[in-house]
Amino acid sequence: MRRGRDLAVALLTLLLGRIVRPRESRGRIVPDAPGNTSAELVALAFLALASFAAVGFIVAYAVGGNTQYLGLSLGLSLVFVAAALIVTARKLVVAEELEEDYPPEEHVVEQERVEQIVEEAGDGLTRRRLFKLGLLGTGGALGLALLTPVLSLGPFFTTKYYLGTPWRRGRRLVDENGKPWHADAIERDDFYTAFPEGANPEELGSPLVLVRLPPGDLRLPAQLRGYDAGGIVAYSKICTHAGCAISMYRAPLFQPAEPRPALVCPCHYSTFDPATGGTVIFGPAGRPLPMLPIEVDARGFLRAKGNFDGPVGPSWWGVRMWRPNP
Amino acid sequence: MIRKVVRYLDQRSSTAPFIRKSLRYLFPDHWSFLLGEVALYAFIVLVATGVYLTLFFVDSTAPTVYHGPYVPLQGQHMSEAYASVVRISTTVKAGLLIRQTHHWAANVFVAAIVLHLLRVFFTGAYRKPRDLTYLIGVTMLLATLLEAYLGYSLADDLLSGMGLAIGWSVGMSIPFVGANLMSLLFHGPFPGQSSLWPRMYLAHVFLLPVLIGSLLVAHLTLVVLRHHTQFKRKRETERRIVGIPTWPGQAPRSLGLAFATAGVLFLLGGLVQINPIWLWGPYHTYLATNGAQPDWYLGWLIGGLRLVPGFDVVIDGYTLVPGPFWGGVAFPTVVLGFVYTWPWIERRLTGDREYHNIVDRPRDAPLRTAIGVGVLSWVFIVFVAGSSDRADVVFGLSYTAQIWFYRMAALVLPIVFGAIAYRVCHELVASERIAADRKRAEAEAKARLAS
Amino acid sequence: MQRRLILLALFVVVATGAAPVTTGKHLYGRYCAQCHDAANAPALRGVGALAADFYLTTGYMPLPHLGVQPRRGRTLEAAQIRALVAYVASLGTGPSIPNPHPERGNLARGMQLFTDHCSGCHQVLAEGGYVTGAVPPPLGADTPTQIAEAVRIGPNVMPKFTARAISSAQLDSIIRYVLYARHPDDRGGWGIGHIGPVPEGLVTWFIAVAVLIGVCLGVGRRLRA
Repeated sequence: MRRGRDLAVALLTLLLGRIVRPRESRGRIVPDAPGNTSAELVALAFLALASFAAVGFIVAYAVGGNTQYLGLSLGLSLVFVAAALIVTARKLVVAEELEEDYPPEEHVVEQERVEQIVEEAGDGLTRRRLFKLGLLGTGGALGLALLTPVLSLGPFFTTKYYLGTPWRRGRRLVDENGKPWHADAIERDDFYTAFPEGANPEELGSPLVLVRLPPGDLRLPAQLRGYDAGGIVAYSKICTHAGCAISMYRAPLFQPAEPRPALVCPCHYSTFDPATGGTVIFGPAGRPLPMLPIEVDARGFLRAKGNFDGPVGPSWWGVRMWRPNP
Repeated sequence: MIRKVVRYLDQRSSTAPFIRKSLRYLFPDHWSFLLGEVALYAFIVLVATGVYLTLFFVDSTAPTVYHGPYVPLQGQHMSEAYASVVRISTTVKAGLLIRQTHHWAANVFVAAIVLHLLRVFFTGAYRKPRDLTYLIGVTMLLATLLEAYLGYSLADDLLSGMGLAIGWSVGMSIPFVGANLMSLLFHGPFPGQSSLWPRMYLAHVFLLPVLIGSLLVAHLTLVVLRHHTQFKRKRETERRIVGIPTWPGQAPRSLGLAFATAGVLFLLGGLVQINPIWLWGPYHTYLATNGAQPDWYLGWLIGGLRLVPGFDVVIDGYTLVPGPFWGGVAFPTVVLGFVYTWPWIERRLTGDREYHNIVDRPRDAPLRTAIGVGVLSWVFIVFVAGSSDRADVVFGLSYTAQIWFYRMAALVLPIVFGAIAYRVCHELVASERIAADRKRAEAEAKARLAS
Repeated sequence: MQRRLILLALFVVVATGAAPVTTGKHLYGRYCAQCHDAANAPALRGVGALAADFYLTTGYMPLPHLGVQPRRGRTLEAAQIRALVAYVASLGTGPSIPNPHPERGNLARGMQLFTDHCSGCHQVLAEGGYVTGAVPPPLGADTPTQIAEAVRIGPNVMPKFTARAISSAQLDSIIRYVLYARHPDDRGGWGIGHIGPVPEGLVTWFIAVAVLIGVCLGVGRRLRA
């Protein structure tokens, strides 16, 4: 009973009591602040709100962890703490604006001393330049040695891996489920994705985009003549600008009023003409789309006749120097 | 109580004089001096939320099939990395809050750095003796851009995967060594081997944070040792610093800003969705979506890639400069090169090799302001060009026409805006002088009337 | 008398059955013939009720100006559309209006199929996109029937997907996904348009940075002229 009353008194004192300090100046460093009791209450209110919000976060987490409630409660709690601090800064602590000297621009004497120390220490050496050269050389060689294992991260001196693709003569074209593409399944005004049978579809050399054009519309350049299979043309699906998948096909319903058929990349809108060997007709690509020669086999399925007419993917220094391995 | 703590510390480290000095260390007071602090607090939120995410993320591209609670992804093939981020977003309690806060913090972090850099640039705070501090700061910006790019690419979703392919292609476009460098980094051609993800992860959670953290410590140490710059008001001079002491004045302000920053980031993290990777789906090299964009701080690069016409510079079968080089490498190199070397360029242009503790208002340095506005508007125009396709979708403005417009604008408008800024600076200074003259004349007239 | 009544009844039946086709013919003459009977639009023989229903219920047709990509717009009245569809269907044999069942589709399969065939142009959440020379529209306003019709027609520069390329079951899944994409799982909060970094950047600068600059202004001093 007595302890309970003591506790109640202590609590009331905590909540309602205020300190009234006698105003004595005993060589203060920080000047006395004028005090602002209503601001104190505001700051305390913010702290109380912050506490409630923090508890709210714990409750929200326990009850299901809804992201919006969690973010609202934690965010508000932090914002209320910020508010309490800013009220404190503006109203509860003394606003001082002091001045003092910037540190000196430089310490000339010390600089000279340092120079002197280092130079005098070297007075025992007669072959200074040689030592400097030696240290430099050793540092360079050792540094190079320590950097050498970086070369194990991957092939650096060879670029042959950029030229390999899984396509070989006779390899069948399949869809993403491994089902072989039949030539009759490739219809006009549509575009299809194909992969080499049995190969890793994620390799850049794997995916193809297939479209069927009327054979009369094809105007393939001489070196690509015969690459089509009765009007079906196959190109690398990887854009020669920056490596995105070419996943748009512009198939005009009514040619006189609409732009001609084209394969378009959704990243920077490089536009390739499938009728002329994948030439670039708009956009920032610097090379035509690599074309894969295909044929229809005895049972009507599509097969590759060889490898692409050029490396797939974006340009690099050797992209025009070699063809992919046949 | 305080005495006990300080006594304990002083007896064990001899730092009571240092603590006393620190408590009364002076901070010049201007709101724009707080932008760097906003960046710092965003960085702290990034590290804290980032550590939490590492406890759940799986840095592996090993293929897996999804069998979790999010229905539209059922049965889809994806990497372990993507599946772990879906798990963080849908199954781990508070996972999505931490993840979204982390991503918002990254966006705000870069924005705050850019604003802080603009403040430093346009007030001339980078001049001697703070040019080293400035260099460290710009290096931090560079490291942060890479860090952020790696961060959102780690999720291996459709959007960021496309961005990673583009980043690789830009690397490939570096003359002479691009393909070799990329082959080294990726362990072969894109999409790389199983070692790629752990490399990106290590860079993102350890190498780059350590680099940024160390640079940050060096940066702040230099700022403290040289003391902050200040605007000239009444008592400020090159020799005398006027400011608010750490305790009790500055501490609650800075702490308040810290909590406000963290609060805003967590509010966004819970209330505004960012990078909902479960909606994009997993990345495969043979898939793409329209409207794919990088995060805002790389928007200037996609603008560059779209604006440069399609050509490779080829000499005798040797592809010297592939197309993406100009927009993806040359453009940012020129801009960053300008930012890095500007203190030296200005020194040559103005002959001013003096020590400066007082900073200028932008209007007081018309040449600097004009050049800064010019370069900034160049970057901004290219940045806006990067989303011109969405402008066609939403506003019906022809994309091809916009590309031509932005090409012209990027060459012409920076000069125009720079010239306008130059004039505006002079006008503002002149009008101030006229107002000051008028005030003085009125005061003199009043004094003469009174006597 | 009875015979006359029967004849009258027969006449009424035949007349009301034939009426849409005759009204359709009048409407066709008024709205369509100018282009579709000339060389500047495709001939409508054999396109079937499917195509007519698609273009008319979306408002893509009648086209207000030639030379611009058709956009969703004001449609003719429902009775006029019915009449025109009947008339166009009567011009040769063509596909009838499809009857898709998205509720039978599989949402996960639909997302995969949509990403494979459609996301490149329409964006992975059907928010619309750009292709050189055209603007694939967002799909938020299309009915399941209209989606099915568009897939089979391939209007403007859209590819044409026959039943061999996308079966009816697959189409049901795709449509189910498109309907889902209108209100996808936004467990992260405000969806801000579902197109990724552009609106995210806008929120960063116009909400977060704006608020934080406000706090800086509240905490620090300003320069008074």
